[in-house]
Amino acid sequence: MNARFFLLGSLSAALVAFALTSPRVIAADKVDPVADAKAFQNFFFQKFPTVKHEDFVNGPYSMNEDMKRQWQEKEEFPPYEFALDAGKEMFATPFRNGKTYADCFPNGGIGIRQNYPYFDTGEGKVVTLELALNRCREANGEAPYSYVKDEMASLTAYMAFTSRGKPMDIKIPDDPRALAAYENGKRYFYTRRGQMNFSCASCHVQSPGERIRAEILAPALGILNAMPIYRSEWSGMGTTSRRFVTCNSQTRAVPLEPQADEYRDVEYFLSYVANGLPISGPGARP
Amino acid sequence: MKLSLPLAMLLALSLAPAARAANEADYKAAYAAAEAASREAAGMRNQWTVTVSALAAAKKAADGGDFDRAVAAAKEAEALAKASIFQATSEKEAWKAMEIR
Repeated sequence: MNARFFLLGSLSAALVAFALTSPRVIAADKVDPVADAKAFQNFFFQKFPTVKHEDFVNGPYSMNEDMKRQWQEKEEFPPYEFALDAGKEMFATPFRNGKTYADCFPNGGIGIRQNYPYFDTGEGKVVTLELALNRCREANGEAPYSYVKDEMASLTAYMAFTSRGKPMDIKIPDDPRALAAYENGKRYFYTRRGQMNFSCASCHVQSPGERIRAEILAPALGILNAMPIYRSEWSGMGTTSRRFVTCNSQTRAVPLEPQADEYRDVEYFLSYVANGLPISGPGARP
Repeated sequence: MKLSLPLAMLLALSLAPAARAANEADYKAAYAAAEAASREAAGMRNQWTVTVSALAAAKKAADGGDFDRAVAAAKEAEALAKASIFQATSEKEAWKAMEIR
């Protein structure tokens, strides 16, 4: 009798020990953007408890006091100012058919940056602000701009400026294709690529605030709220597309074409999980 | 007796096959294999910049008639392409381990 109890006891102990030591089981693959966004934001809020929530949109400056002071002084004469002025002028200048960008956007294109990207249920795909601007140009008989810099950066800089301080407000409609796009963006964000075997998360989730060579890595939370940015490293302005392309190159992965589905989807994911944080673009970065 | 070891070594060396310089056919075979692996990686949307560079280096060396260097670069390109295919395949599930939950 005692031997049987001993055997059962040993078996139970072994089962408990196995359960405790077995590798973490990955939860079922249910797409739940609301839970994702909550977990994503909490991760950063807990990792950096002294950083004000709305400060995450300032990237590396939220992670380092010295850099923040330098940036605040630089903001008195910000390096993106020329692009901002150019963008404002371009935005108001009519196309050859007499129409303007304002005709293509809700609210005349003013104060709407926080709603981009959105999921277009007609097209069944994510539409970014850059894509919408080029579609507006093409619909009015104009040639599209390069997605990575110059005119596109100027236009998006002006549009972001008119939304400064407004909380990011990305919607995921009740449409399985929208959920699939969101999930695809999430997968892209966490997937390792390139010879360096880095994912976006390797730098911007695992190591924000750490140095990579001379740079301080920005947190992923709110990283797109500051777009477009003037980067000293680029000696000029760059769009969200440019940011994705250069990140890929730095990991020694061949970048995708700007506005590829994967880039549109990862912008959708990153913007959604930053919902509630203010638009701070255009930004300036080292 | 004392001479037997040096003699044996000399004999072994003389019988060992001499390293043959690579020729154009070797290069073409190595390049085709590398290009096929590279195409597969690109099809998985996971091409590496270093694979593209190694392929270009192989072609440049072959154009200059240096087939030894061309074959070495092509083999490097193939190895890199295969590594990128392995990465893309394993990441189909592995990415989930990085996710914030």
